[in-house]
Amino acid sequence: MISVENLTKRYATKTAIDGVSFQVEKGEILGFLGPNGAGKTTTMRIITGYMPASGGTIKVDGFDVADQPLEVRRRIGYLPENPPLYTEMKVLNYLQFVGKLKGVSSAGLRDEVHRVMEKVNITDVQTRIISKLSKGYKQRVGIAQALLNDPPVLILDEPTIGLDPKQIHEVRDLVKGLAGNHTVVLSTHILPEVEQTCHRVIIIDHGKIVAVDTPQNLRAQIQGAARIFVEVDGPPADVLSAVKALPGVANVQIATEDGTKNRFQIESETGRDIRTDLARTVVNRGWGLLELHSENMSLEDIFIKLTTAEEIPAPVESAS
Amino acid sequence: MKNIFVLAERDFKTYFVSPIAYVVLTIFVFLSGLFFNFFLGVMVQQVASQAMRAAQTGQLPEPFDMPGWIAQNFFNWVSFIMLFLLPMITMALFSEEKKRGTIELLLTAPITDLQVVLGKFCAAAAFYVVLLVTTGVEMAALYFYSKPASGPILAGYLGLLLYGLAVLAIGMFISTLTENQIVAAVITFGTLLMFWLIDVFARGAGESVKAVLSYLSILDHLNEFLMGVLSTSHVIFYLSLILLGIFLTYRSLDSLRWRS
Repeated sequence: MISVENLTKRYATKTAIDGVSFQVEKGEILGFLGPNGAGKTTTMRIITGYMPASGGTIKVDGFDVADQPLEVRRRIGYLPENPPLYTEMKVLNYLQFVGKLKGVSSAGLRDEVHRVMEKVNITDVQTRIISKLSKGYKQRVGIAQALLNDPPVLILDEPTIGLDPKQIHEVRDLVKGLAGNHTVVLSTHILPEVEQTCHRVIIIDHGKIVAVDTPQNLRAQIQGAARIFVEVDGPPADVLSAVKALPGVANVQIATEDGTKNRFQIESETGRDIRTDLARTVVNRGWGLLELHSENMSLEDIFIKLTTAEEIPAPVESAS
Repeated sequence: MKNIFVLAERDFKTYFVSPIAYVVLTIFVFLSGLFFNFFLGVMVQQVASQAMRAAQTGQLPEPFDMPGWIAQNFFNWVSFIMLFLLPMITMALFSEEKKRGTIELLLTAPITDLQVVLGKFCAAAAFYVVLLVTTGVEMAALYFYSKPASGPILAGYLGLLLYGLAVLAIGMFISTLTENQIVAAVITFGTLLMFWLIDVFARGAGESVKAVLSYLSILDHLNEFLMGVLSTSHVIFYLSLILLGIFLTYRSLDSLRWRS
């Protein structure tokens, strides 16, 4: 449904998106995960045609965004990061206006507006002025706007931001309910959201794709990669270099310092258990092994690990 | 066409949601009425002094087009007030959309950028027409108490319309440059003032410079309309300003897409 190939966006001084390629199948919910400034919003803005790309091709339902922008826009419902609301208008009038812009026929306008209001549960505030609504309601009016004219593709930039837990739950259910008939791309920096709603996740950082997989696979992929804590009685610099030299070690850093008794945090490569080698090395060098235990990584850690390249000189996946 | 109307309708209604429309309307109706009254007073005095002179010398006064004189001065004054009021009509057109992020809605809706620009322009133009329509009160008074020549009055309205649309087009372009409507209004006003003052500078300049400068003077082109002369060169001057403003707005939106 959406195909992005080698998408690049350059500004005068920096490259916001650098050779990103991915496909979204019909009926799929794709999650964009990444820290602020990773390029999520920029990618979405380019797909919707708000912004032109510096390079690469994007097709939505077979139409090229650059060549046939109107055809593409007709097929996309878009919720920007800040819901685009004319706050002096009443909810009903606002949705009627957007409906007309999106080409809903005047005969079907009333029904269509009521359909989307029902869908996001805002029928009770339809005569209220938008500026008087709570943030949660405003966000839902923004979602309603995106659903108007029932577009086959929905691009939702941080759809649950500013909502309370109950509303977040409702929006997630709503998005899940859209799958099948609609293709949804949503961005978030909240991990549970991705795990609960998305079929596939793209982790993006510094304008590059760091990982693409299902949430389950991402978790499984990292399950083998353990984080190991050791407490060693020995000169820290020597310990660091000795551990680093071990095969299968991705990264080592000092977790807490206490004279010669230091706690080290070690990340191993995927699928390797380095604990035996680690214990042997420490003992052979004549240092005291005070503690050794491993922790499995949660998706949250993966996210942090995959996206904080500066702290990890040789990260596992992000080099690719 | 339908899209332009949908956009224009929303923007036009927005004027009347905020106090802007009422402030501009009130100021305009008050000031135009006040000066119409003033011009009437000047005329009445003149007629009285001429009648006195006629009684003393026994000669009839020269025939004089009184309603024409009043209409001309009145239109002149209207065009001057508009320099101050029109920036208020255009200041929010795009700056507010940028500030609120609704520009993202407009630029991703299945409509062309040109439709967005024309929709906004039509809304501003419609409000300007409302302002002009209020001067119907003064015209009604003129027609009720005298028999003015309709030609110059119609030409005057055409001139005012073209002049106003040109100013609106420039103001609309300036509102795409900032997110702050006050800044947009001030820059628009400054630009208009400059175009207006060019006329003053022109007086002291040499022949060739004078010709160029007074050609650029935005109010200068109105004079012939007010005298009832329809000259293509002035119509073309205003039409080209309108097209220039619309074109610059269109290009500015395009560059907004690249920069945002």
